[in-house]
Amino acid sequence: MNGRLACAGMLVALALAVAANAAKMEPVAGDAALDLRIKKLESELRCLVCQNQTLADSNAELADDLRREVRDLAQEGKSDEEIKAYLVARYGDFVLYNPPVKATTWLLWGGPFALLLGGGVLWWGISRRGARVTSPPSSTTDAEAIARARLEIEHD
Amino acid sequence: MVKRPMQAARWSIPLAIFVILIAFLYVGLGRDPREVPSPLIGKPAPEFKLAQLHDQANTLSSADMKGKVWLLNVWASWCVSCKVEHPLLMQLAASNVVPVYGLDYKDAPDAGRAWLAQNGNPYTSSIVDRDGRVGIDYGVYGVPETFLIDKQGVVRYKQIGPVTAEALRDKILPMVRELQK
Repeated sequence: MNGRLACAGMLVALALAVAANAAKMEPVAGDAALDLRIKKLESELRCLVCQNQTLADSNAELADDLRREVRDLAQEGKSDEEIKAYLVARYGDFVLYNPPVKATTWLLWGGPFALLLGGGVLWWGISRRGARVTSPPSSTTDAEAIARARLEIEHD
Repeated sequence: MVKRPMQAARWSIPLAIFVILIAFLYVGLGRDPREVPSPLIGKPAPEFKLAQLHDQANTLSSADMKGKVWLLNVWASWCVSCKVEHPLLMQLAASNVVPVYGLDYKDAPDAGRAWLAQNGNPYTSSIVDRDGRVGIDYGVYGVPETFLIDKQGVVRYKQIGPVTAEALRDKILPMVRELQK
């Protein structure tokens, strides 16, 4: 219980830290729709220095540079896909938080479903086998017991 | 007697799953998550044209390098681990096996020059990437990084982090010799 409380405390602290960092980054003045689009893009891109943060969340200097790059490209009129392709060409698929489905990532995308399916089949097999074991063919003694019980009920 | 294969499956299937899991964990946990494979390997090195650190009136461009095998070492005066690989780069430069060019990444040119004056200059030439744009083109995300580029201007290898004696001996130098043929 204590461990759980400590864990929750740490999560809250983390959330606060992230919020504080996010607040530190002043949005660049300009067209609101563009800002929103850039913000969304940045939240789908990974900072390569602190790998579990998005570009939007990261304070790393490289993240600053990449945000500047994303903004410049967006202002040049590049589409989201073009901006992502620009970064993937330089940093690889790792820069995307949503890895694309392709030959090398099918296990990543399909794995959980394959496991679920496999688990389901296994569970189905086991429960069928279990059912067979727990209901043995009724023996003569059972039949006799039932007949006796029936008689008793009828007599009452 | 009929039950035998069933009983074998009972322990062999979990064992197989366990072995697969161990194999995945062994490979997965043995990797350095900071080493992101570069998509540039086998592709033409991004073009650049930048001022030289020691001769800022003159530029150096990727096109100038055509026809030779060369190393591009990304460094900076503020980079701590650059000091780790520096003696190796000095040795490499002294051996004259392959020219090493420096990309002084997001650094003040004065600081860069002072750092080289103090620690020694292994570079045939260094170029100044003040705002880190060329660094981004090369997918630089941690300094130092070193690229091996062939005669056609194709990136052949990328060392992420300091060049080590092992990487130099086992990977970089054999590749250099191969590419110089």
